[in-house]
Amino acid sequence: MNWQIALPEIVLALAGCAILLIGVVPRRDMTFPVAMATIGAFLVTGVLVLMQPEGTGFGGQYVSDSFSSFMKILALAAGSLSLLVALDWNEKEGLSRFEFPVLALFATLGMMVMISANDLMSLYLGLELLSLPLYVLAGFDRDNPRSAEAGLKYFVLGALSSGLLLYGASLVYGFAGTTNFDRLADALSAEAGVSAGVVVGIVFIIAALAFKIAAVPFHMWTPDVYEGAPTPVTAFFSAAPKVAGVALLVRVLAGPFSELSDQWQQIIVLASLGSMVLGAFAAIGQSNIKRLMAYSSIGHVGFVLMGLAVGGESGLRGVLVYISIYIAMNLGAFAVLIAMRRNGRAVEGVEDLAGLGRNDSMMALCMAIFMFSMAGIPPLAGFFAKLYVLLPAVEQGFWVLATVGVISSVVSAYYYLRIVKVMYFDAPQPGFEQRAGGVTVVLGATALFTTLFFLFPAPILAAARQAALALMG
Amino acid sequence: MLAVGLAHYLVVGAILFVLGVFGIFMNRKNVIVILMSVELILLSVNLNLVAFSAQLGDLAGQVFAMFILTVAAAEAAIGLAIVVIYFRNRGTIEVEDVSTLKG
Repeated sequence: MNWQIALPEIVLALAGCAILLIGVVPRRDMTFPVAMATIGAFLVTGVLVLMQPEGTGFGGQYVSDSFSSFMKILALAAGSLSLLVALDWNEKEGLSRFEFPVLALFATLGMMVMISANDLMSLYLGLELLSLPLYVLAGFDRDNPRSAEAGLKYFVLGALSSGLLLYGASLVYGFAGTTNFDRLADALSAEAGVSAGVVVGIVFIIAALAFKIAAVPFHMWTPDVYEGAPTPVTAFFSAAPKVAGVALLVRVLAGPFSELSDQWQQIIVLASLGSMVLGAFAAIGQSNIKRLMAYSSIGHVGFVLMGLAVGGESGLRGVLVYISIYIAMNLGAFAVLIAMRRNGRAVEGVEDLAGLGRNDSMMALCMAIFMFSMAGIPPLAGFFAKLYVLLPAVEQGFWVLATVGVISSVVSAYYYLRIVKVMYFDAPQPGFEQRAGGVTVVLGATALFTTLFFLFPAPILAAARQAALALMG
Repeated sequence: MLAVGLAHYLVVGAILFVLGVFGIFMNRKNVIVILMSVELILLSVNLNLVAFSAQLGDLAGQVFAMFILTVAAAEAAIGLAIVVIYFRNRGTIEVEDVSTLKG
C-alpha cells in the first residue's frame, strides 16, 4: 500500500481535526488563530503537493501526477485567498465563528480528493466531502433568510446532482464491470464496442459534474445561491469548487472515457455554447453585482468547456491556463465586492460602486484591471486565457464554438465596462468605508498576476502543458 | 414460477430513481418531501449497485453501497439542519415560498 501518494491529503485532514480542537477547547474566541492555522495548513499542504511522488496508490483508488499537482495548487491558492478576504467581512457582519475556516479546510480537502480520484468511489467521496461543507457555508449567515434560502436551494439541487452522479456511476459499474478508471479505460477500448448502459451512465455523470461547475443547462441554482450566500462564501464558491469540478470532468472525460469522445463531445460543445451565450446575455440586465458575477462565471465556464470539447494537448492546456487566470481575476473582483461597505453595512448593487474612482483610487484601478481582463482586453491575463482556448478551437476546425466565443466575449464586455463606467464617472454616494488589510493583500497579488501575466507566461504555460500531457498518458 | 433476475432489479431501481427525481420537481408542498425523494434516489442507486455486484461476482459494488449509506446519513443530517434554520427565519417550509431570490 503506497500511502505516501496521499500524504498531502492525510496531513491536511489531520490538521483539520487539530484545528477544530483548537477552536473548541479554549474558552476565548479563537476565530483569528484558527483562520491563520488553516492558511498555514494550506501552505504546508501546498509544499507537500509540490514534493509529492507520482504514481497510484490505495489499490488504484488514488493517483498523483503533474495534472493533480497543478490543480491542487490552484485549489489551495483559491482556498487561502478566499479565507484571507473572508476574515474581516465575517467580523464586521457578526459571523466571526471559527467553524468558517474549518469548513473551508474540509471543502478544500474534498477538492484534493476529487482531483486525485482514480476510481468512481473516491470520486464520489471527494465530491461529497466538498459538497457537504459547501451546503453549510451557503447557509452560514443563519439568521439571514436569504442565506438560509441559498443554503436550502444549494442543498436540494446538490443532493439531486449527487444522485444523478451515483446513478450514472452504478450503470457504468454494472455494464463495464469495474469502477477503476484504468480498468474502465481498458474495458471501453475493447473491440467489442460499448454497451448503451455505459453511455447512459456517462451522460448522467457529465450532467452531475456540469451541475457542480454551473454549466448550462444545469446552471439555474447559481445566481440564487451566489446572491443569497454571504459574499466571502460566494467568492469561495466561484473559485475553488470550479477548479475541482473542471479537474474531475477533464480527468474523467480525457481519461477512462476518452475512447467514447464521439458520444460526449457533442454534449460538451452544446454545454459550452449555451454557457457562453447565457453568461453574455443574462448578465446584462442585472443590478445586483453578485448575480452579475454569477452569470459572468457561467460564461467563463463556457470557455473552459470549449477547451475540453476541442481536446488534445493544446485544448487541455487551454483549459488549465484559463481556469488559473479565471481564479486570479475572479477572486480579485470578489475582494473588491467584499470591501464594498456603506454606513457600516455591506452593499451589493452595481450602483453602489459609484464614485469608487474618487473614494479609493487604488481599489478602483484594481477593479478596472479585473473587469478589462474578464472582458478579454490585451495585454491583461484574461485575453491570453481566451486566446489559448480559441486558438486550438480554430486549429481543430470548431468554427461555431470559436465564433460564438468571440461574439459572447464582445457582448459581455458591455457589462464589464459598465462597471468601470459606474466606478469612474458616476457621482460618489456618502458613507464610504475604507478597505481592510486582508482585502489589500489579495487585491495586490491578483492584480499583479493579472497585469504582469503577459511578461512571464512561460512557467504557467509549461506547467499546464506538462499537466495536459500527463492526463493524455 | 418467475425467477427474479438482474433486469427486475434494474427496473425497480429505475422506477425508484424516476420517482425520486419527480418527487423533487413535481412536489409543490413541503421541503421534507424533497429530502425523502433524495433518499429514494440514493436507495435506487444502492439497489442497482448491489444487483450488479451480485451479477458480476465483484464485491466493489457492495463496498460502494456501504459508502453511499454512510454519506447519505451525513447528507440527511445537514439537509435537516438547513431546513431548521430556514424554518426559523421564514416560519414556513412550503416549497412555493422558497422564492425570495430571483431575477
